[in-house]
Amino acid sequence: MTQPVALTINGRRREDHVEPRLLLVHYLREVAGLTGTHIACDTSQCGACTVLIDGEAVKSCSVFAVQAAGREVTTIEGLAADGILHPVQQAFWNEHGLQCGFCTPGFIMAAAYLLKQNPSPTDDEIVRGLEGNLCRCTGYENIKKAVRSASEAMSGKADGVSGELVGSAAVPVEG
Amino acid sequence: MITAAFEYARPGSVDEAQSLLTKYGADAKLIAGGQSLIPLMRLRLSQPTALIDIQGIPGLKEVRRDDGFVEIGALVRHVDIQRNATLRETLPLLVEMANDVGDSQVRNLGTIGGVIAHGDAAGDYNSLALMLDAEIVTNKRRHQARDFFRDIFTTALEHDEVVTAVRFPVSTGRFAYTKFRRRLYDWAIAGVAVQESGSSWRVGYVNLARTPRRGAAVERALAGGASAADAAAQSGSDIDPTGDVRATAEYKRHLAEVLTARTLQQATMAA
Ligand SMILES: Cc1cc2nc3c(=O)[nH]c(=O)nc-3n(C[C@H](O)[C@H](O)[C@H](O)COP(=O)(O)OP(=O)(O)OC[C@H]3O[C@@H](n4cnc5c(N)ncnc54)[C@H](O)[C@@H]3O)c2cc1C
Ligand code: FES
Ligand code: FES
Repeated sequence: MTQPVALTINGRRREDHVEPRLLLVHYLREVAGLTGTHIACDTSQCGACTVLIDGEAVKSCSVFAVQAAGREVTTIEGLAADGILHPVQQAFWNEHGLQCGFCTPGFIMAAAYLLKQNPSPTDDEIVRGLEGNLCRCTGYENIKKAVRSASEAMSGKADGVSGELVGSAAVPVEG
Repeated sequence: MITAAFEYARPGSVDEAQSLLTKYGADAKLIAGGQSLIPLMRLRLSQPTALIDIQGIPGLKEVRRDDGFVEIGALVRHVDIQRNATLRETLPLLVEMANDVGDSQVRNLGTIGGVIAHGDAAGDYNSLALMLDAEIVTNKRRHQARDFFRDIFTTALEHDEVVTAVRFPVSTGRFAYTKFRRRLYDWAIAGVAVQESGSSWRVGYVNLARTPRRGAAVERALAGGASAADAAAQSGSDIDPTGDVRATAEYKRHLAEVLTARTLQQATMAA
């Protein structure tokens, strides 16, 4: 039995008929076609599926799509504005905050949420803020660097390369 | 699809939630933040035939001081507890626990009512409710925490009972909480909470028995003037741990004693 669910995703309203048991992550990937949100563990552990609901980070494998009715969901696809990468996306690029990239959308969403709550986190606050996300490649050091550099770029304190667009990222992304 | 199929309803009031529970019958369940229930449903350890989503019910998100108590609405989330100024003043130990529940994504959804109703012995707030003699308010009655946690994942709640608030005695004395775990976002392998209350101490144990436990023997020893270390040696009679993938029962007993002494020392050293 399906039921209607109306919500806003990345600023666009949509309405679909879904089974109540459809998890938000499956709805985003399979119904809305937004495959940037990844599924890794399916057990609420890894954070790869992190999205924002009404601006707050949640694990979309741990929410039913029907629970998000009437709310505003932001996925990794919704972060870049006017074709320019979000400063956290840019910082992950610049600081090499990823290797295989599988965990990256979740880390970027969690980091964007962290910096909105706390624009200048200490190293310890970065670690605590990202405690719900796991990465099997990087050893986390460059992820922490990326969050520090995004924090500086966003507060206008960027020195050197961190705040600048480099490589093909300087070219606006298609949106 | 990972979970079994179910019907979904969103009541606008507690009364409506209660009548939906009655209408859908014994296999219907309330859902609040979903952070305990959805993981169980994904494993199909829980297969409710209907979920009654109480998130939209107004009036269950308040924190207010009421004489010697602070009353916390069932839908108050972990993140709300972390940020609440009234709770920082009246029940700082709860705020300290909230800081360490799961991770920030879990704290943005999970609620205090969900923790209490789930009745998990590893639910940090449950041990606090027990040790401080909190009251659990529902649409039908007021439960004393000491009579509420009956067995593993089993509380005194009836099928059509909705937790609306938890009332804690204002507790402003010295306190400390030690949550022993291997990774930041894990549940406690073992947890020990201590709170000074007037001239005595309250002690609570997390995940050290099938239910939350109060450290009654340790409290008695402290009242009789025992040192932290001597009192901690009594912890064995307050707990009844079972072994699991993370730790053997014997190791948990060892942890309980060591952590009790440490947590008491930490609380008394913090001026
Ligand atoms: C990765 C991870 C780590 C976690 N770590 C911890 C931890 O360290 N410590 C800890 O305490 N918790 C932890 N949790 C669980 C988390 O705290 C949950 O938020 C909490 O246990 C349940 O709250 P909920 O609102 O999500 O409840 P739900 O999952 O929605 O519900 C849980 C149960 O309570 C019932 N229920 C919910 N609300 C009510 C109500 N008002 N009245 C009656 N019944 C109700 C439901 O029917 C269900 O049976 C963790 C969860 C995850 C996913
Ligand atoms: S897929 Fe959601 S937490 Fe891992
Ligand atoms: S970059 Fe591979 S899992 Fe994080």
